[in-house]
Amino acid sequence: MELMPSFRFHRPTSLAEAVGALTLDPHARLMAGGTDLLPNLRRFLARPGLLVDLTAVEGFGSIQKMADGGMRIGAGLTLDALIENDYVAADWPVLREAALTVAGPTHRVAATVGGNLCQDTRCMFFNQSEWWRASNGYCLKHDGDRCHVVVKSDRCFATYRGDLAPALMVLDAEAEVIGPEGVRRLKVAELFCDSGANHLNLHAGEILVAVIVPAAEGWCAGYDKVRVRAAIDFPIAGVAAAICRRGSRLCALRVAITGCNSAPVQISTAEFDKTDWDTATAEAVATAVRKSAEFRRTSNVSAKYRRHVLHAITVRLVERLWMQGSSLTVR
Amino acid sequence: MKTILSLTLNRRVRDDLVPDNMLLVDYLREVAGLTGTKKGCDGGECGACTVLVDNRPRLACVTLAHQVAGRHVETIEGLANNGGMSRLQKAFHEKLGTQCGFCTPGMIMAAEALLRSNPDPSREEIKAALAGNLCRCTGYVKIIESVEDASRELAQ
Ligand SMILES: Cc1cc2nc3c(=O)[nH]c(=O)nc-3n(C[C@H](O)[C@H](O)[C@H](O)COP(=O)(O)OP(=O)(O)OC[C@H]3O[C@@H](n4cnc5c(N)ncnc54)[C@H](O)[C@@H]3O)c2cc1C
Ligand code: SF4
Ligand code: FES
Ligand code: FES
Repeated sequence: MELMPSFRFHRPTSLAEAVGALTLDPHARLMAGGTDLLPNLRRFLARPGLLVDLTAVEGFGSIQKMADGGMRIGAGLTLDALIENDYVAADWPVLREAALTVAGPTHRVAATVGGNLCQDTRCMFFNQSEWWRASNGYCLKHDGDRCHVVVKSDRCFATYRGDLAPALMVLDAEAEVIGPEGVRRLKVAELFCDSGANHLNLHAGEILVAVIVPAAEGWCAGYDKVRVRAAIDFPIAGVAAAICRRGSRLCALRVAITGCNSAPVQISTAEFDKTDWDTATAEAVATAVRKSAEFRRTSNVSAKYRRHVLHAITVRLVERLWMQGSSLTVR
Repeated sequence: MKTILSLTLNRRVRDDLVPDNMLLVDYLREVAGLTGTKKGCDGGECGACTVLVDNRPRLACVTLAHQVAGRHVETIEGLANNGGMSRLQKAFHEKLGTQCGFCTPGMIMAAEALLRSNPDPSREEIKAALAGNLCRCTGYVKIIESVEDASRELAQ
């Protein structure tokens, strides 16, 4: 039988009950689909005293179109259901495109939007079995006191590899969070901080409840990623972009990346807004992206290669969206 | 801590006292004695542990037993009818979709989930549905042909 840390399992049916359980037990941990957390627990990468399973919470996986044309996606919606949703396919195809690249089809039946956003950061010195880490030496993300990637560092550089976050960021989506203090809203980009061992801006007892995606009329958005095994893998680099085009004019551009830093990063692209598109634009965007991307030796794919592919997929994506954008009319 | 788990397993309702931290794959193999479901990796990478939960495929090694309380879980053992092989099992046998056999229960359960929702899948749809199931032996072509063969039979 598999060795597992010992924990109690709790299945609340309301958010209030879930917040209550988290508040009572400081060693409690949330779980949704479990496809990120359980492999980590099997490797003893966390030792929660209590697992709070969110999948029985009433309405947690709902998805609704709102009166203002936006959409509210419950954090418990499975990626599979997101992919199958007709509103998503019609109005926010970038979400479908990104979700389709997450893990394999069987993972996506269980994996949730909230779990995808809140997934742990990854590093080849961290996502290893207990015996591997014991023999190599633990690191400061868990159990140890030094970093094997940046040896003299006192911070962890583990990489954020979620695919949905950049897609939501270029749609300017917001996150709704509930906790002991009540409900608050923040931009999806603000959910994250660039710190491998502590990458979520969630306070103790807080739960991500939903993401709110504004109407994306006039925008053309897409996602592209590179992975080692096309059928199943995390991104070694991923990029989302949204373009608003009018004729030969680039009215506005948003770009966000994943698979590089310890958080998904929104790239500052203001210099491209209200400019005329020319053959050098896509290259210039990719250069701006590379300036914000940090590559460390957190994976067995070299940092140099990841930098190259990020550049290449950014050019490819921005050019594709520019071509697609020509068929859109902007109000 | 142990708690009572009630579920339907291969069409039979059952209750067991199961540790809170027990994985579904361990419950199936150690508690229910159904060793057809395999464990091929240390966490969600290979698909060998694929079972059905309410007709959808699920990786039993990244699912806690208590997560499927009240649901219908089906394993490879549940596919046989009257002691004989199901159409998919026969197709894997006849079309050489299985060699060492370790990936086969997971492959067949993933394929079963596909054929239940889409009885006449295209080659591309078969590949997409089995994308998370790894095989070290067959090279996949025979597996895809086996599923095609079973779907043809079903369509007739
Ligand atoms: C082989 C393999 C390949 C994978 N490939 C990819 C990939 O390509 N891209 C990718 O993005 N992911 C990938 N994953 C990771 C994972 O499957 C997905 O990120 C999935 O979407 C996680 O969702 P979940 O519901 O299963 O999360 P869980 O495992 O349930 O939770 C993940 C984390 O988020 C926290 N959490 C969950 N829900 C909430 C909430 N509502 N509020 C606050 N915190 C919450 C949990 O406490 C936990 O720490 C892969 C996993 C495996 C095993
Ligand atoms: S970046 Fe350093 S501290 Fe962080 S997981 Fe990797 S080795 Fe550990
Ligand atoms: S044993 Fe479950 S995916 Fe490998
Ligand atoms: S038949 Fe041997 S692993 Fe697939």
